[in-house]
Amino acid sequence: MTSQTPEIVLEMRDVVTRFGQHVVHQGINLAVRRGEVFAVIGGSGSGKSTLLREMILLQVPNAGQIRVLGVDLAGITDDAALALRQRFGVLFQQGGLFGSLTVLENIGLPLREHRQLDDQAVDTIAAQKLAVVGLAAEVGAQYPAELSGGMLKRAALARALVLEPELLFLDEPTAGLDPLSAAGIDELVRHVSQVLELTVVMITHDLDLLWQVANRVAVLGDGKVQGIGTMAELAVMDNPLIRPFFDGPRARASQAQASLNPKESSSKPK
Amino acid sequence: MTDGSAPPNTDPQTRWVWLHKLGLRVCSALAQGYALLSFLGQSCLELIGWCTHPQRIRWRPILFNLRSAGLNALPIVGLLSLLLGVVVAYQGADQLRQYGANIFVVDLVGLSMLREFAPLMTAIIIAGRSGSAYAAQIGTMTVTQEIDAMRTIGIAPLEMLVLPKLLALALAMPLLTVFADVMGVLGGMLMARTQLGVGFGEFLDRFAQAISLTTYLVGLGKAPVFAAIIAMVGCFQGFRTRGGADSVGQQTTRAVVQSIFLVIVADAMFSVAFSLLGL
Repeated sequence: MTSQTPEIVLEMRDVVTRFGQHVVHQGINLAVRRGEVFAVIGGSGSGKSTLLREMILLQVPNAGQIRVLGVDLAGITDDAALALRQRFGVLFQQGGLFGSLTVLENIGLPLREHRQLDDQAVDTIAAQKLAVVGLAAEVGAQYPAELSGGMLKRAALARALVLEPELLFLDEPTAGLDPLSAAGIDELVRHVSQVLELTVVMITHDLDLLWQVANRVAVLGDGKVQGIGTMAELAVMDNPLIRPFFDGPRARASQAQASLNPKESSSKPK
Repeated sequence: MTDGSAPPNTDPQTRWVWLHKLGLRVCSALAQGYALLSFLGQSCLELIGWCTHPQRIRWRPILFNLRSAGLNALPIVGLLSLLLGVVVAYQGADQLRQYGANIFVVDLVGLSMLREFAPLMTAIIIAGRSGSAYAAQIGTMTVTQEIDAMRTIGIAPLEMLVLPKLLALALAMPLLTVFADVMGVLGGMLMARTQLGVGFGEFLDRFAQAISLTTYLVGLGKAPVFAAIIAMVGCFQGFRTRGGADSVGQQTTRAVVQSIFLVIVADAMFSVAFSLLGL
């Protein structure tokens, strides 16, 4: 992380998290640059989700510094937190759509809360976002419980994007989806990150998503960042905590697939 | 396990296990009590925020909760209070008839319903009906990450989910209690006429003499306190949901048991306080 690197959007320094006696993070250091798709991977219980919760102000680490979009999260005031929350969007693993509201109302909710707009304008913007994530206009009138897993993620992504955030957090965006829907989400993440010029931070297990979409990847293990780099760089590292992501038939299949369609040459979806 | 001939257990590791378990239980109970108090404190702070910035008040959820916890509870509260009035009058009827003190059934029904039974019954029904619904709703929203999403969108869950329930219930419970008063006395009146031959007119004449305004207000005054207990415990247990769907069920049960427990404790404290005050 030298001074020539592009602007740092998110930075964690020496972050320590403990749950009682159990130490989850013992000194996490990482930095996310503007415009990149940054992935965090690690085995179960390696504290990926906790790390994400700390980034999005849902949890406070025991020690260390976190800066998101230039704002230090330590001792942040309620008003500053409210302002910061409007600058990033989060796609939760379960979607987190409100069951009592329709999809369109869900997407429009952040606008209704934070922008002085009339209902007509809110609905128009929400419908636009629905189109951006590739959902039909009729879906807007449905309730989240009526949607399939893939549609749910897309709708939740539309809500995360509605305030035009600079930074997007994705928590396991393809978890629990069938391969076809997952591939669709891969495509969508790449699409929104390129078209909307977003910085994306995601947690994932999905090797295809990592190979096809992520620019850089951080591997968590033993409470520390074991390695940061592109998938190709990580693939040649010898660290026993990194190897499992590259060894084994599934990992090799994704790698082979990635070398067939390198990211750069993939057709840009419109 | 304990055999009379067995040598006394001298191993401190196993001998004091029960004490260790007791200690852990006490600690976790205290921790939960502390968490409940801090939840109460946070809610009060938010409520003060609403009072100083009335434009932040969320009317829609308040009205929605008024309907679901208040209006929709009328049939069940009314029916059970009517039956309770019938039972109280019926139980008293035998004794009163023996002494020829039939007319005192009015005092019996009026005092017991207005002071104790109507507010307590209403609270118990509402704890089972709405307290559980609060815990289940918030618990489910926790599991589906809706609470996290709400925070991330910049809506305080306390403001959106807890305060509307608290205010709506604090308004609905006294009204339901009045309704329960009326229905309970009505039940007593029906029984007094059929069992003791006390007519409606006679009953109401005596009612006006025997029952003071204080009696009515003492009963009614408890209702908002019970409402606060039910709303706070229900929401608190909902927010403590961790993990999956089974946890929602556990927390819902806990919410009902704890709120009924605390309502009865509060009622006992009211009785002590009122007797000290001579009300």
